[in-house]
Amino acid sequence: MKPMNEMAVSFLSCSSNESFGRSAVAMFVAQLDPTIDELSDIKTAVSEAVTNCIVHAYRDTIGIIYINCKMFDSGKAVIRIRDKGCGIENIKQAMQPLFTTAGDERAGLGFAVMESFMDSLRVSSKVGRGTTVTMSKTIARRPRDDEKNKTAG
Amino acid sequence: MSVRLILKEDKLTAILGGEIDHHSARELRAEIDDTAANVRPRRLVLDFSGVSFMDSSGIGLIMGRCKLMQLWGGRVKIVNMSPKIEKIVSLAGLDQICTVAKGGKTDETNE
Repeated sequence: MKPMNEMAVSFLSCSSNESFGRSAVAMFVAQLDPTIDELSDIKTAVSEAVTNCIVHAYRDTIGIIYINCKMFDSGKAVIRIRDKGCGIENIKQAMQPLFTTAGDERAGLGFAVMESFMDSLRVSSKVGRGTTVTMSKTIARRPRDDEKNKTAG
Repeated sequence: MSVRLILKEDKLTAILGGEIDHHSARELRAEIDDTAANVRPRRLVLDFSGVSFMDSSGIGLIMGRCKLMQLWGGRVKIVNMSPKIEKIVSLAGLDQICTVAKGGKTDETNE
């Protein structure tokens, strides 16, 4: 199916860009008229994926993080976050809640948050080549105020 | 991102504000730990009333402070969480390692 709208951004894996990454997606997805809660779920999930690129994929180095977001007529938003970093050896293990290789200050909940806050999550990775996280969420269509008025009038 | 630290007897309260992610958590951690290591409070209260966004880095921040407080037998309490923050906190099962004030309750000073 053809998306009705699409955007792409890429930026360096500096931790100061975490806020830019999630805000850019949120501002784009806002066109689907999500609730504050839906938007907050998307922001949180994107923040987790971007943080993974910075903390794991490009650990001790700076690389480029690529975000692509598609919107469909159905209200579905598909967000893809890609890096060309170190890759994940064991995806199943990496996705287990509380598993982390990043030390004491990381909770190991990144994928668990993405999974529970989004409708779907797919992770593909090649060691030495990079990782792609694809997630989607369908924004419930609500009657807009002007449409409501039309039917009422 | 901001933190205001208030020490009252043996209780240190950290009033957090702004967005907590991996980037901002580093600074928050440094500020809280500096003071906590100096005064070694019995209780550390993390107040989330001013936090507009938090991802799992906030969970790491809470878990790390719990470990720190355990060094001298102190305890952490987390208060004033919005439903959004409670959603993440419940994923982590934090009530095992610290006191979680439910339902947006404020911190009771004389417990």
